[in-house]
Amino acid sequence: MFSRWPHLGFNGLKEAFASARAEGRAVFMPFLTAGLPSIETSVDRFVAMAAAGADAFEVGIPYADPLMDGPTIQKASELARERGMTMSLGIDLVRSVASETDKPVIVMTYVNPVLSMGIDHFMGSVATAGAAGVIIADLPFEESAPFSAAAAGHDIGLALFVAPTTPEQRVREIAASNPAFIYGVAEMGVTGERADAGHHIDALIRLVRSISQVPIVLGVGISTPDQAAEAAKLADGVIVGSAIVRIVLEQPDDLEALTTTVSSLAAAVHG
Amino acid sequence: MTVSLPDRRGRYGEFGGRFAPETLMPALLELESVFEEAWGDEAFVGEYHRILADFVGRPTPIYEASNLSKELGVRLLLKREDLNHTGAHKINNTIGHGLLAKRMGKPRIIAETGAGQHGVASATAAALLGLECEVFMGVKDIERQALNVYRMELLGTRVVPVSSGAGTLKDAVSEAMRSWVSTVNTTHYMIGSVVGPHPFPLIVREFQKVIGEELLSQMGEERPDVVVACVGGGSNAMGVFYPLIDSGIELIGVEAGGLGTETLAHGASLSLGRPGVLHGSMTYMLQDEEGQVREAHSISAGLDYPGVGPEHAYFKDKGLVRYETATDAEALDAFAWLSRKEGIIPALESAHALAWIRREAASLAGKTVVLNLSGRGDKDVQQVAALGV
Repeated sequence: MFSRWPHLGFNGLKEAFASARAEGRAVFMPFLTAGLPSIETSVDRFVAMAAAGADAFEVGIPYADPLMDGPTIQKASELARERGMTMSLGIDLVRSVASETDKPVIVMTYVNPVLSMGIDHFMGSVATAGAAGVIIADLPFEESAPFSAAAAGHDIGLALFVAPTTPEQRVREIAASNPAFIYGVAEMGVTGERADAGHHIDALIRLVRSISQVPIVLGVGISTPDQAAEAAKLADGVIVGSAIVRIVLEQPDDLEALTTTVSSLAAAVHG
Repeated sequence: MTVSLPDRRGRYGEFGGRFAPETLMPALLELESVFEEAWGDEAFVGEYHRILADFVGRPTPIYEASNLSKELGVRLLLKREDLNHTGAHKINNTIGHGLLAKRMGKPRIIAETGAGQHGVASATAAALLGLECEVFMGVKDIERQALNVYRMELLGTRVVPVSSGAGTLKDAVSEAMRSWVSTVNTTHYMIGSVVGPHPFPLIVREFQKVIGEELLSQMGEERPDVVVACVGGGSNAMGVFYPLIDSGIELIGVEAGGLGTETLAHGASLSLGRPGVLHGSMTYMLQDEEGQVREAHSISAGLDYPGVGPEHAYFKDKGLVRYETATDAEALDAFAWLSRKEGIIPALESAHALAWIRREAASLAGKTVVLNLSGRGDKDVQQVAALGV
C-alpha cells in the first residue's frame, strides 16, 4: 500500500529502531500537537523538523481533558481545538506528515476519542493514513487488550508504558506482552520541562533489555540537549514534547527557532 | 446484591475499570489490596465507626418534615446528613480515606472539591489525623464558595486554584490527578465521590453506605416507598441506595438540569450523556460527537460535573435506579421553600432532590418518601443572596 513511501507504517518504525540499534544510536521523535501553529501550517513544522534531524514523529490529537499533560501541552491542546482541530483533521495531518516526510508517525491521544470513534475504526483510519503506531496516554496494560488487538489487525503498533513506579514483576508482564514499543516515563509527573533530568528509570530499562527485544522510548520531562543525550544512552528512542511545543506556541512564525532547537536535540540524541 | 460488584477488573458490568496513566497504576493496585485488608480488619472498621460516632456525630437523625408533608400530601422524611460535622455526608468518606492513608504510611493527602464540602471534610480529616493536606479547587468555585475556602485554610489546608477548562469540579479532579502522578509515593488521593479509576468508586461507596444502612435500621420494620437523592458524582446517592438496591424500594437519583435539559447547560450525565471514559472510569458522560468532554453547568458546584460514578451507570442500565433531573430554578425554589417551611437551609445540591419531589407530589401522593438531605446550605447563602432570591 505504501510502496511509494517504503519507511511508513509499523515496518518503517521497526526499521528505524533496528537501524538505530545497528548504528549504536537512538531515534529522535519530537512531539507536536496537531493544528499548531495553525491547521494549514502544522505539516510544514513536521517537514522542517524532518530536515533538522527528526527520525520519527509523535502527532498529538488534542483532547479536552489531557490528564497526562502539563501546562504547555494543555495550552497547546486548547489552542488547537479552538482553531478547529478535530480527529478527522488530525488523521489528515498524519497522512500529510507521513507522505511528505517519509518518516514513521506515531499518533498520540487519549482513550475517549478512540472509544467514541470505535477502537477498530480508529486503528484502521490511522493505519490507512500511514501511521506506524499509537500512544494512548491514559491506557494502562490492564485495559489495553482490545486496543492492541485492533492495532495488530491493522498492522500498526500500540505502545505500552513503564513508569518509575512500575514494580519489576509488572515490567516483566508488560514486556512479555510484546508491545510495539515501551514508552518509558522518564520522570514522575505529567509532561513538561524540568531543570534536572533524573535517572529513576535506568534500572527498569536494564530489566526490559535483559528479558526482551522490545524497543524502549523515553519521554516526559526531557527538554534540553543534555537530558536528551542522557536518555539516548539508555533507550532506543527519545521523545521531546513540551520544549518543542513551547517554541511553536511562543514563536509561531519563527521556523528557524524550531529547526535550531530540533537540530541540537537531534544531534544530542544521535551522539 | 446477588452478584458482588465490582469484579476483579473493577468493572460494574461494562462500566468502571481503571483507565489511568501507568505511573498511578501501582498505587491503585496497592490501594486496592490495602483497602480490602483494612475493610476486613475489625480494628480498622471499629476506629472508623468510633470516629463517625464521637467526632462526626453519627447516626444522623431521620426527621419527619410535617409542614412540607402537609403541603405535598406525601409523608416526607429527611435523612439528616446535613447534621454531620462539617455539614455534609462527605466526611463519612474522608475519615475512612484518612485512616487508609495512615495505614499506608503516606503523610500527605490531596483532594479535589467543587462546592467545597469535600475540601472542608478532607481538611478536617487531615487536621484530626495529623496529615498534610492540599485541596484543588476550580477558580469559578473558589469565587462562588468563598466561605468554604476560608474554612479549609483555617483547618490548615492549602487551597490550590485551578484555572484550566471552566475552572470547576472536572478541572479540579484532573489537576488533582496530575499532581498525584508526581507525588504518588508519599501522597494519597482522597477522592470525593464514587468516581475515578478502580478501586476509588468501590472505596467511596463502602465509606458512604453507612447512610443507607442506618436508614434501614432506624426505620425498623417500616420501609419507605421511595428514596430520593441528588446525583453529581453520586456519592450521597450511592451511600443511601446501595444497601437498598435489592429492597424493592423505588430509588430516584436527581441530576442537575441546569438551564434546562433542552439546552447544553446542565449536568445530567446519566439522563443525557453517553458512555465514555472520564477520570479513569468508563461511565455515562457529557461529550460531543468526537468524544471531547463537554463542560457541565449547574447552579450547584457539587453537581456541576460532566461524569458520574460508574456504578450509577450500571444501576441505570439495569433499571435498578431511575435518574431524573431538576433545573437551577426549581432547585432555588426548593432551597427557599425548605428554609421557610421547616427551618432547614439545604445545600443547593440536595435542593435538586427536593425539587423533584415537589414537582412529582401528585404521583407520590400518600407515599412515604425519604429525601437524603446530603448537606446544609450555609455555604450557598452568599451565592443565593447575590442572585436576589
